[in-house]
Amino acid sequence: MTEAARRAIERTARESYGRLLAFVAARSRDIIAAEDALADAFHAALETWPRDGVPDKPEAWLLTAARRRLIDAARRAQVRHAASDELQHALELAQQGADEPEMFPDERLKLLFACAHPAIDAAARTPLMLQTVLGLDATRIASAFLVKPATMGQRLSRAKTKIRDAGITFEVPRMEGLPERLDAVLEAIYAAYGSGWEDVAGADPRRKGLAVEALELGALLVHLLPDEAEALGLSALMLYCESRRNARRGRHGEYMPLSEQDVALWSRPMIEQADRLLRKAERMGRLGRFQIEAAIQSAHAQRARTGNIDWESIALLYEGLVRITPTVGAQVGRAAAIAQARTAQGGWALLQQIPKQAVAGYQPYWALAAHLLDRMSRGDEAHDARERAIGLCEDAAMRTYLIRQQG
Amino acid sequence: MNFSIVIHDTAEAFARREDPSQRAALFAPLGAYLKALSDAGVFVGGAGLEAPATATVLSQSGNAWQVQDGPFADTKEQLAGVIIIDVPGRSSALEWVRRFPMLPGRKLELRANLVPRQE
Repeated sequence: MTEAARRAIERTARESYGRLLAFVAARSRDIIAAEDALADAFHAALETWPRDGVPDKPEAWLLTAARRRLIDAARRAQVRHAASDELQHALELAQQGADEPEMFPDERLKLLFACAHPAIDAAARTPLMLQTVLGLDATRIASAFLVKPATMGQRLSRAKTKIRDAGITFEVPRMEGLPERLDAVLEAIYAAYGSGWEDVAGADPRRKGLAVEALELGALLVHLLPDEAEALGLSALMLYCESRRNARRGRHGEYMPLSEQDVALWSRPMIEQADRLLRKAERMGRLGRFQIEAAIQSAHAQRARTGNIDWESIALLYEGLVRITPTVGAQVGRAAAIAQARTAQGGWALLQQIPKQAVAGYQPYWALAAHLLDRMSRGDEAHDARERAIGLCEDAAMRTYLIRQQG
Repeated sequence: MNFSIVIHDTAEAFARREDPSQRAALFAPLGAYLKALSDAGVFVGGAGLEAPATATVLSQSGNAWQVQDGPFADTKEQLAGVIIIDVPGRSSALEWVRRFPMLPGRKLELRANLVPRQE
């Protein structure tokens, strides 16, 4: 009985935290107050559910409890500061429909947009989503992004204070403002995936979870914005990458380059799901960065069917990507594809166009440079470039792979 | 802004250095890491340290020196070296720390170097 109640609370927290928080915060416009109220509600559940049994509608119970806390807090504040209009407003909002919240609309999209608001420090956007929409704690988020837990805590609370004090509204922007705001949301989700993806060795199982959570956020976004091609593109991209998780390391944990991975270890269902999403996105006729990146991964996924890689197509896709977002990553990717599709010299020439300052700490550049210099029989320079690639490695398996090549 | 990456290793890691068959695997990644630091213009200085058992610990009691065999602290991990880097801030320092070749039990401590306080 007590055990069942505890499990019910845990399940509701896991499955509904983001929905509950979004709903409460969208009305109070104050994430901190909403979090406090929700924490109180869960605390109350821990006290009463084991005694009185799990309510029929746990979410509605928690929502009612959370709103009561908000109202109480607003009343207390009112007594202190002689009712300002703003507090009155908050009180009214909190009271709206507080009686029967059996069905409540999913407001997580509004929460995502509030988290990615231009006024919020870009470095705080992804962590803020992970905490508010998925309910992850600051310590875990700090480890995933490799910052001090105290710093992460401050960053998160600064961002929440900003949302409250700057009066950032919880709304989905109208058409004209949507694309750039959506970009920030997509970037933040992709950043969460990236930080989970890098930790392929699973040294920290909690970080592997972050990739799963990013996929969840991506799927949520597709669910909430089914007509946004780039949201579909991002989900497809993450699924293509995720489909290869088990193939990225050999039997003894050694690094496996994409083109040498055993395709039998790729997840077919994930690839098929990604294919479906990408096709649907393409039919919308609004090309974007994430769709192109997904298309590149799709071309790699073809190897499972055809047995070879169409480097010409990949080179063409990178060409398009560089035009939309001329990042160092896109430029290095294009050089690699050209070198595969045509000649090492062609790839090398493109690599040389990238400003040296931009690649000082960018490992893939040096790894590709070493590879191309080898192909052009410029051994000494290749050795030098590979040494640098080894020094810039974050991943032990990749480092071992390159050291072995260095011979 | 200067930061120190302070490296702490286990007894097993120190023992590896003495094993000729493991030495290359131990030092090749470090050499590459140091090269990457200096090629990027980040490296300021630093040193690897000999095994803790070789240390001499000195202290003063009144005016008299006391000399003991090291190491100073009896902990599982011992100071193994320090690298000083010059980077714009803590987040870029952390970017370099995450590239550091790790070993089982190795711990890295990142600290900003002390700057004289302006009164």
